[in-house]
Amino acid sequence: MTVETKLALTEQDVRSYSEKMNEAAWMTDFRADAFAKLEQLPMPKPDKTRIDRWNFTDFPIHAVESSVYSSLDELPAKARELFDAEKPGSLYIQHNNTPAFLSLSDDLKAKGVILTDIFTATREHGELVKKYYMTNGVKVDEHKLTALNAAFMNGGVFVYVPKNVVIEEPIQALFLHDDEQVSLFNHIIVVAEANSSFTYIENYMSTVANAKGQANIVSEVFTGDNSNVTYGAVDVLSEGFTTYVNRRGVTGRDSQLNWVLGLMNDGNTIAENITHLVGDNSGADMKTVVVGTGKQRQNFTTEIISWGKNTNGMILKHAVVKDESTAIFNGIGKITKGAVGSNAEQESRMLMLSPRARADANPILLIDEDEVTAGHAATVGRVDPIEMFYLMSRGITKTEAERLIIHGFLAPVVDKLKVEGVKKLLTEVIERKVR
Amino acid sequence: MSTLEIKGLHVEIEGKEILKGVDLTINTNEIHAIMGPNGTGKSTLAQAIMGHPRYEVTAGTITLDGEDVLEMEVDERARAGIFLAMQYPSEVNGVTNADFLRSSINAKREEGDEIPLMSFIRELDAKMETLEMDEDMATRYLNEGFSGGEKKRNEILQLMMLKPKFAVLDEIDSGLDIDALKVVAKGVNELRGEDFGCLIITHYQRLLDYITPDKVHVMIQGKVVQSGGAELALKLEEQGYDWLHEELGIEAETVEQEA
Repeated sequence: MTVETKLALTEQDVRSYSEKMNEAAWMTDFRADAFAKLEQLPMPKPDKTRIDRWNFTDFPIHAVESSVYSSLDELPAKARELFDAEKPGSLYIQHNNTPAFLSLSDDLKAKGVILTDIFTATREHGELVKKYYMTNGVKVDEHKLTALNAAFMNGGVFVYVPKNVVIEEPIQALFLHDDEQVSLFNHIIVVAEANSSFTYIENYMSTVANAKGQANIVSEVFTGDNSNVTYGAVDVLSEGFTTYVNRRGVTGRDSQLNWVLGLMNDGNTIAENITHLVGDNSGADMKTVVVGTGKQRQNFTTEIISWGKNTNGMILKHAVVKDESTAIFNGIGKITKGAVGSNAEQESRMLMLSPRARADANPILLIDEDEVTAGHAATVGRVDPIEMFYLMSRGITKTEAERLIIHGFLAPVVDKLKVEGVKKLLTEVIERKVR
Repeated sequence: MSTLEIKGLHVEIEGKEILKGVDLTINTNEIHAIMGPNGTGKSTLAQAIMGHPRYEVTAGTITLDGEDVLEMEVDERARAGIFLAMQYPSEVNGVTNADFLRSSINAKREEGDEIPLMSFIRELDAKMETLEMDEDMATRYLNEGFSGGEKKRNEILQLMMLKPKFAVLDEIDSGLDIDALKVVAKGVNELRGEDFGCLIITHYQRLLDYITPDKVHVMIQGKVVQSGGAELALKLEEQGYDWLHEELGIEAETVEQEA
């Protein structure tokens, strides 16, 4: 069955929006070109989830104008907790679709570090953005939703760290959603040049309980030779959003890309996280935690593709599902011909808290080379009554014992988020969801 | 003085009767040992006292100072002052040993009266030193990847931190070398006193060389068949159980039981 896509926007709307945002002319054409392809492209087909009745294309309004922040004091309290208010460090805040706050130290600016909203980036760093924007990572014509992101992009951030620059403090981004009409077509580009090292952490936060729009998010990360990048994300978008989130990495020689993803949306979500290990000796460590509640349907595909020699891919995913929610974990370790000496490991653990919750772990290894190692482990189960007995035998109540087990189950990923405020927020979100 | 009293206790696991009428009274300031051949129901008694979900009490009573223990949930039994050092403690991923201990201690205290972090750490450090445990055991995940000996020490650490009225030690000596055994005994002996009663379940006399029991009971085929003083344990060590079988006219067979 095909659902006809009726788009409220025309090519002219897309061009006008681009001009209004003062984008470079190449970006206007790029959008128009993507728009032209939209109709023809098929929807993605996430394994084990039928999405043909999901609505990814209707939304009330393409972009809204929201207030900018002159100081962090203007943020809602729970957003303020994400940063060190005294010393905001490297920080970009987007308020719905509006770039609303930016902070980057003079020191980092002097070293050539770029942190800016995506619209400005197309203008001020056109050549750089053009080099990475949907060229070598995510392609426009992968399917309808990538083309949709390309045509309708209405937010995002550009992070560029030059050669040999090592940044200790994380670079943070906050995408704050507080308007029911809003859709998020965000595009994030993170570029690490050779020998650089840093952590980027983004938060998607809704302060309204409902959403009527779409969340279609594309992130592309490029690690230069011998660089080390950690990409952290905590997504907490409200119910009503249908979310498509695609986070993609491409690694250079001897580089390491770590993903730490807390995927805590309240709505239906299709999440895809793929790393191409292109450079020899490069590695990816992909960690994901998920909680499903209510009638949520969610599908999470994590894939590592080894192209270079001696590459190392590690996938670790933990999910807790309750109520009548469904979560699918697709884990794919792929080693292509020629990727001699590579390793593909994956582990999926899913905990079901309610009789009607459904969890499905689907591990796949695709190996086209002989001299490699690979492995997978997957478990789907319920809270172990013997573990509960052990904890309760020390006086801990049933509720508290369950809480400890669930937090413990998610801790190996949560603990990897380096910013205390972000870790705390994620812990609180988990608390709210599993209660 | 507190009293843990077990009367006419019958316990089944998956429809099979393991305990067939156990009577036992333990007061604080007393250490009791239960000995007996494998598979005669010693561990079943321990699990039934704590309330293990797989063990079903079909008859009899357990009371703590007159309060009906069998009516209590597992956590209520613990807060009432019962502790079980388990033979096979669970491994709990993501929960550190220290966090678990603090939650356990605070579970007994009123909200707002939680143990101050500094006093907790001081006490934990002291007890871990007594038990000759590595410092990193506090921050490691609960029992995860612990060796057999480390798990046993960790059970005794919990015992020392929680200071229950009554502790049941279920084969705490199994798999321990003599040095570890001495350390575990040191921990238990430190608790000995007016506010503490203990039931030690063991195959071997060995542990009782280091923790002298006030009373020794022999369990065979789901019943306590003989009770005596510390000398009874020595006699069993020297002569085995055959003489008892003969004396009591019991056929030497054990009840099939999987822990």
